Amino acid sequence: MDALIAQFLNGLDKGAAYALIALGLTLTFGTLGVVNFAHGALFMLGAFCAVLTAQVLSLESVTLDPTKLTPWGTPTEIRTTYAELYLGDFGAFITDYSIFIAVLVTIPIMLAIGFAMERGLIRYFYKRPHAEQILVTFGLAIVLSEIIKASFGANPIPVSAPEALRGSADIGAFLGLDMFINYPIWRLVYFLAAAIIIAAVFAFLNLTTYGMVVRAGMQDRDTVQLLGININRRFTLVFGIAAAVAGLAGALYTPIVPPHYNLGMEFLVLSFVVVVVGGMGSLSGAVAAGFLLGIVQSFASLAEVKAIIPGIDQIIIYLIAVVVLLTRPRGLLGRKGVMES
Amino acid sequence: MTDIKRPSRRGFLKTSALVGTTLAAPTFFTRGAYAQDFCNNPTGSTVKLGFNVPQTGAYAEEGKDELRAYQLAVKHLNGEGDGGMLNTMQPSMLKGNGILGKKVEYVTGDTQTKADAARSSARRMIEAEGVVMFSGGSSSSVAVAQQSLAQEVGVVFMCGLTHANDTTGKDRRRYGFRHFFNAYMSGQALGPVLAEFLGTDRRAYHLTADYNWGWTQEESIKDATEALGWETAELVKTPLGAGDFSQYITPVANSGADVLILNHYGNDMVNSLTQAVQFGLRDKSVNGKDFQVVVPLYSRLMAQGAGENVKGIFGTTNWNWSLQDPGSQAFVKAFGQEYGFPPSQAAHTCYCNTLLYANAVEMAGTFYPPEVIKMLEDFEFDGMGNGPTLYRGEDHQCFKDVLVVKGNENPTSAFDLLEIHKIVPRADVTYDSQIPQFAGELGPYEVEGGC
Repeated sequence: MDALIAQFLNGLDKGAAYALIALGLTLTFGTLGVVNFAHGALFMLGAFCAVLTAQVLSLESVTLDPTKLTPWGTPTEIRTTYAELYLGDFGAFITDYSIFIAVLVTIPIMLAIGFAMERGLIRYFYKRPHAEQILVTFGLAIVLSEIIKASFGANPIPVSAPEALRGSADIGAFLGLDMFINYPIWRLVYFLAAAIIIAAVFAFLNLTTYGMVVRAGMQDRDTVQLLGININRRFTLVFGIAAAVAGLAGALYTPIVPPHYNLGMEFLVLSFVVVVVGGMGSLSGAVAAGFLLGIVQSFASLAEVKAIIPGIDQIIIYLIAVVVLLTRPRGLLGRKGVMES
Repeated sequence: MTDIKRPSRRGFLKTSALVGTTLAAPTFFTRGAYAQDFCNNPTGSTVKLGFNVPQTGAYAEEGKDELRAYQLAVKHLNGEGDGGMLNTMQPSMLKGNGILGKKVEYVTGDTQTKADAARSSARRMIEAEGVVMFSGGSSSSVAVAQQSLAQEVGVVFMCGLTHANDTTGKDRRRYGFRHFFNAYMSGQALGPVLAEFLGTDRRAYHLTADYNWGWTQEESIKDATEALGWETAELVKTPLGAGDFSQYITPVANSGADVLILNHYGNDMVNSLTQAVQFGLRDKSVNGKDFQVVVPLYSRLMAQGAGENVKGIFGTTNWNWSLQDPGSQAFVKAFGQEYGFPPSQAAHTCYCNTLLYANAVEMAGTFYPPEVIKMLEDFEFDGMGNGPTLYRGEDHQCFKDVLVVKGNENPTSAFDLLEIHKIVPRADVTYDSQIPQFAGELGPYEVEGGC
């Protein structure tokens, strides 16, 4: 039983990442009608915002100690971070908690990138066929990946969680269950953060007038414009929010998997499958499908399951997509009329 | 009616003398006779080598270090720098004047840690760049693909880092040579140490990279540990470059296993080990014993990536920079002065293999591959960091001492991450080349060639 609960937790945790990426993708599609293949690259850019923050905070002063030689005969290097040098213990604290500073840095950067992308490129493709949108955004994704590769190199760059959040916690004891379920603290933080971000996006869309207008625009753009509302400006903001959500998902993911320039491409196909399963243009569908697929993938990785169907963990998500498309062509919670013209 | 000319006595004597002289001539007169007949025969004052390493992908860190080592080897071959292992290798015909007096140049390629990309990169080096030997790689599927190409085109391939049994087992090739040790040797070296420190009553859970190397390492370690009396709880394959291994690690905690064996390498090993520690596996107690993690193939670069998570974890390695023999010290000094940090085992094997190829060419007196291959086969040497070493002719596998290492509990520097626990003698890891795990054929010396 405890094994199943641990696997379920793991599924929730994976699902949180899928849901966050798919949420942004659906927002873009539902508002602007653009199939954004650069959305995975936004996830990757967010992760590199965290890398950049950590690197800036870890800039070091190097002094040589000529009294101590390395085995190859050069003086030993003594390295101290500037943060620690000038701020002492507080500097060390800031460096340790760089991931939270990265979150604060990522939001404005990703909002700006989102605005720039929408105003500078995407808006010229609103009325063009989906195939052209896919080509141009896919091209953009490749360009962004190559820029990151040229700037940061091809190798994954680890970013640590704060020391206090690196270990694991006994979830069984926390839930008052008589079982030992150890789970990494940072993954719980990630799940919690994802839940907060998803809730914030839904609250923005459902509880604010601004969000209500956006939702109205998603339903019927022309009517909203006839009412004298500049819906395009609002959609630009929504594109920025979608970019920020993807970026936050990426930044918070760095202590789980060290990011590399191709990280976005790895998540791109997966996030489209999540959107298709959830239903094109359905925000709640994207979130539900993200968690569903995360949980299913987690259980499919169990040795007992793999013993029956080897390799099932690699294909289960696509199998589900096939089944859903055959039985519910609009996806689990898809809206009528979206991508059906 | 046709007139039949009878040979004159004088003519017969002349012809006989000519034929006799030719047959009796020493081989050094005929050595250059085939010089024009092989792929990329260097005719000018330079000779070009191809270094095909992973510059992207899961093993990119190893690839970067391999390239550094190749550049250093070229420098030393051309007589620049302090000469490194040219000063310690025995026997050696290397003089620091290039290879056969030709200055060594090189081209590089990116294997991307993918067999197909490695092959096309190697083919470009051979066909467009004219390399006479190519080397590198940090994955066994990549090595197998490259040495198969080497056999097709008749250009020698000196393997980089490849640890799967198949490279010098069922997929061995006449034109491929492996200096690195293999998974079987790891199992033979590691088994007795695991029995001594972890006991003989253990249940092991394997997470294995799902490709050629992972499979053979899993098989070798499973055989070695079961021979000790261990049970195998599960054998789970994971995709190469998975990044997040959490869904495979979560079930380990409740499987009843008390040892996790990570048949992963490079970034995969860094991620899976880090995540295993994050999931609290090392703090667990199962079956009344402390839960243990074993990493059968270790490298210092991986240890650096995994940080303090490696402390106390056993594994094996081909070579470590802390060795104190003259060959290792000469290489560490040259590498450290050039780059500011010590070399990895990937760098060491690539450096050694480049020098060994160059020396074989000097011994053969020609770049003609079949003659070079014959010089490498059954070549006994020393002074290259692993003690007396044999390049066995039957399978082109190097036999030398194997290091069992342990994650250092108290490192004194950022590089002092592995401590040498035991040096397992060469005799203990030597096996018959035709045992079931290894049976294979090398193929012919002479090939049609594809240049």
